[in-house]
Amino acid sequence: MLKINNLHAAVDGKAILMGLNLEVGSGEVHAIMGPNGSGKSTLAQVLAGRDSFTVTDGSVDWDGTDLLALPAEERARAGLFLAFQYPVEIPGVSNAYFLKAAVNAVRRHRGLPEYDAMDFLARVKAEMKAVGMKEEFLYRSVNEGFSGGEKKRNEVLQMALLEPRLAVLDETDSGLDIDALKIVAEGVNRLRSPERSMIVITHYQRLLDYIVPDKVHVLSQGRIVRSGGRELALELEAHGYGWIDADGKAAAAASGARS
Amino acid sequence: MSTIDAWVAHQRERACQLPGAALPWLARRRADAIARFADLGWPTSRLEGWRHTSLAFLDQQALAAPAFAPHPAFALATLRAAFDEGDHWLVFVDGRFAPVLSVTGMLPAGVKAGALSEALNSAPDAVEAAFGSADDSASPYALNLALCSDGAFVHLARGTALEQPLHLVFIGATGAADTHLRNLIVADANSEATVVEHHVGGGATLGTVVTRVQAAQDARITHVKLQQQDAQAIHLAQIEAEQARGAYFASHSLSFGARLARNDIRTRFAGEGCETLFNGLYHVDGRRHVDHHTLIEHARPLGTSREYYRGLVDGNARGVFAGRIIVAQDAQRTDAIQRCDNLLLSRLAEADARPELEIYADDVKCAHGATVGQIDEDALFYLRARGIDTDHARQLLTYAFAAEVIERIAHAAVRKRGRGLLLSSLPGGARMEALQ
Amino acid sequence: MNAPTRNEALGAFLEQDYVAGFETRLETDTVPKGLSEDVIRTISARKGEPEWLLDWRLEAYRHWLTMTPPLWAAVQFPPVDFQDIVYYSAPKSKTDGPKSLDEVDPELLRTFEKLGVPLHERARLAGVAVDAVFDSVSVATTFKKELGEHGIVFCSFSEAVKEHPALVRQYLGTVVPPGDNFYAALNSAVFSDGSFVFIPKGVKCPMELSTYFRINARDTGQFERTLIIAEEGASVSYLEGCTAPMRDENQLHAAVVELIALDDAKIKYSTVQNWYPGDKDGKGGIYNFVTKRGDCRGARSHISWTQVETGSAITWKYPSVILRGDDSVGDFHSVALTNNLQQADTGTKMIHMGRNTRSTILSKGISAGRGSNTFRGLVRVTPKAEGARNYTQCDSLLIGDRCAAHTFPTIEVRHPTAHVEHEATTSRIGEDQLFYAMQRGISAEDAVSMIVNGFCREVFKELPMEFAVEAQKLLGVSLEGSVG
Repeated sequence: MLKINNLHAAVDGKAILMGLNLEVGSGEVHAIMGPNGSGKSTLAQVLAGRDSFTVTDGSVDWDGTDLLALPAEERARAGLFLAFQYPVEIPGVSNAYFLKAAVNAVRRHRGLPEYDAMDFLARVKAEMKAVGMKEEFLYRSVNEGFSGGEKKRNEVLQMALLEPRLAVLDETDSGLDIDALKIVAEGVNRLRSPERSMIVITHYQRLLDYIVPDKVHVLSQGRIVRSGGRELALELEAHGYGWIDADGKAAAAASGARS
Repeated sequence: MSTIDAWVAHQRERACQLPGAALPWLARRRADAIARFADLGWPTSRLEGWRHTSLAFLDQQALAAPAFAPHPAFALATLRAAFDEGDHWLVFVDGRFAPVLSVTGMLPAGVKAGALSEALNSAPDAVEAAFGSADDSASPYALNLALCSDGAFVHLARGTALEQPLHLVFIGATGAADTHLRNLIVADANSEATVVEHHVGGGATLGTVVTRVQAAQDARITHVKLQQQDAQAIHLAQIEAEQARGAYFASHSLSFGARLARNDIRTRFAGEGCETLFNGLYHVDGRRHVDHHTLIEHARPLGTSREYYRGLVDGNARGVFAGRIIVAQDAQRTDAIQRCDNLLLSRLAEADARPELEIYADDVKCAHGATVGQIDEDALFYLRARGIDTDHARQLLTYAFAAEVIERIAHAAVRKRGRGLLLSSLPGGARMEALQ
Repeated sequence: MNAPTRNEALGAFLEQDYVAGFETRLETDTVPKGLSEDVIRTISARKGEPEWLLDWRLEAYRHWLTMTPPLWAAVQFPPVDFQDIVYYSAPKSKTDGPKSLDEVDPELLRTFEKLGVPLHERARLAGVAVDAVFDSVSVATTFKKELGEHGIVFCSFSEAVKEHPALVRQYLGTVVPPGDNFYAALNSAVFSDGSFVFIPKGVKCPMELSTYFRINARDTGQFERTLIIAEEGASVSYLEGCTAPMRDENQLHAAVVELIALDDAKIKYSTVQNWYPGDKDGKGGIYNFVTKRGDCRGARSHISWTQVETGSAITWKYPSVILRGDDSVGDFHSVALTNNLQQADTGTKMIHMGRNTRSTILSKGISAGRGSNTFRGLVRVTPKAEGARNYTQCDSLLIGDRCAAHTFPTIEVRHPTAHVEHEATTSRIGEDQLFYAMQRGISAEDAVSMIVNGFCREVFKELPMEFAVEAQKLLGVSLEGSVG
């Protein structure tokens, strides 16, 4: 369903993604691992449509649609969800208002009736219960003063409400202790379904103990340098990223020679 | 004849009809005030405090009464809708107390709230003590003293507390080219109240308002000013407080209107351990001009002040903020923070900020900051990544930026009214009604 | 506690002496006190100036007569009697001016050596070319030949008027017009000497250029004029140092500095100002009323001001940058210290006119004794300055409870894509900071200088090495032994 072909992207003139290829089928969960600075978060931001990244080459096909041609909000409405590594605080806007505005924007787009206040409240409370969030978080400003775990739970809550076809989880485990991590992972697992694909971006393998991926890819120097099954993640844990870096450089050098 | 001479003549003519005309002290102060006004003339941009807001144009302009204004009863009804039945209301129309529209029956014992014109008859000594003089006033406020026709006189006896806010409503109807109001709030020790000043409707072409607050030891006074007038009005206002030991004074100023609005807000810590909050928001568009000049004078030790101003400047409008904090040599262990942040929403708008610290004591913690910028790109992307369209996301973030100011108002119903005012003044506000 | 208390430590820190306060005895050629058209004609004649420059001076003088001294600054001083000042004083010499260092009065050379500014080229000050100005005239410029090989002109202003009249005429007064302000007009009328720098297209100046200003003669005002032009792609780093003898009378210093940077040019201008500040009771000292302005005339040009202001009884200066060219950059880094009865009202203006122009303001004010220190700034974004950015950080440190620190920034923004940010803090050296350092075995006075230097570090690192060292010294790094 998602086909990334030779993707190149840059920020402030600095190339970060340098020929990334990836295919994700319906219902599949792919993990993307890699050292800091390898381009993991850039990939997430580019897929979600962040303007500050410039796609310099390549394409992303999503069920026959040119994903890169859509503005961020249309990608979201079409069912692409990015769980942010650093969810943004928006003081002055209540979580309830924000969630309702987002859900109704997506429902409108899908030809579904918009929720009224009552229906929305019923729905959101049920979902909050499922991710273990207290109701008071509805009336607080979006992410403002939330702990790391609360912010990530709020992301999972939004994912549940927006029912995406493709969810990109950007280092959802960062800054979480093991208990918070389990709760968030449970929330994600609950949302796994044959119609929903996921890209799980992480630096550490431990998240993959809880969200078990179908495939694991290693990103280095802006491209995928290894792909494999679950066991690749364990190998990375055992040996660290050192060998990958060397590999990545070798690959980059080789490609430099080719072009 | 220059318009300054015309004002002087006008004052001489009106003086005998003004309230308290028979009181010698008042006559003297009015005479001094008009003399000061005549001497100074309208402030021009050559004066440091008026660099960004010149009133020189008033010198060439004859004032005419506005053509249309909503009926006072209608304006009042809309206003009251948001509040509890238990609130207290003093209503003034065209600069005169309107007893029929006012509700003060439920004031607790020890609290007096009524018209200044009445208090000048019933308690002239108390008024004299609180009235102030024009000795150091900027010229518009000297003119105010010379010509003030009415206003509220509020007295809170020791230990009394008003649980519901006292609303002072100033409605411009037809028939007045200029109005001059003076409000006096005298809070004895340990008393507490929230006073809300609403300026609504088609105000007079030129309106001056001076509100004076005396907060005795440990008194807690919150003043909220909601200013929403039509696009012809010129609104010149001063709020001045003096705080005795341990007193708390909060000033919230929400400015949404008038062709030109100038607010001079100041407080002085005359005793140790005072605390103040200056909180303000302005949203201007069209060719409007709004200017807040604030002064917090830490004259005594252990004072705490917090000042937060935010501005939204759109269209061809200009938003000005100048805040000064003075920490006197004696005011050790002062803790002061001052911030002013502006969003510029159009190509032709202008925002000016002058946050000033003037410090003569060394054991202090003082910081100030000012920004002029745009909506945060990260937040905008976050909203768009959740499917919210760019326009709505911008409106929402603009609202959120401004609403932070309103959230500092402690009283829920007043806060709600503040949000409502903000939403009604913002593009796309109707769509965000649920935020109220 | 046997260790010195906070107050003692501060006291020791504050009681450092002015080391540049000696006087040099020389025969001088001095124009009598007072100001008139005749005096200006005399100055111009002594310097053998062309007619157009005399006219320019006279026009400035006539304009000055219509002006009044500015009163808005937060400084207080009795009115200056402009008729009680000597407007021209030069060390006597046999010829028009020294042709080489050998012709310079050895007493003068010793003066500069004593100040740590050796003029003999063999003394090579880490490759710094020096122009030394003594009272009203330039006495020597070093390294001229090497610089000449690069097409660089570095000479006294008087010499530039003679040797490069077209350049002077083209640029003089184009950044600071003669009628700009009261003191700039006065300077334009009576300026005596100063430095002239011209870096031609594409040339990176191979060494630091430096001018050393020294006021020596009694009752003399110093009115130097500096003009620096960097053509397309050129770059230069220029340093300026100043001292004066200790005298009971106040002396006036009203300089004008103009910088012009064309496309892709870079000018870095550093000042260590240590004019005599007056004594502990505020007697004597220099009135330092200076107009400094840079014009980023070209695209991508960059002008950077760094100043360490420790001297003068009163400092009144606002080194500014007009960001005219697209993508041009302006910086202002400042340390200003006022002690005893010193007063400083200083800051900068950043006028954003071009697109994507950027400016940074970093100001560190230290007030001690009964000193008063004011930061006054203006950041203006004009309606055409799309994408302009400014960041201002302005910190004040108070030492003692009788000093004052003020921060008066003004922000005026007329473009919606601009980002302007101002932050300011005021704090003092805390008892706990001092105690912490002392508990680790550091003497109280060292602890104070350590904290003060730490406070100024971000500015010092903008200075060329030799100056950074001098600046640290001035702030009293080496206070060993002054606390018992």
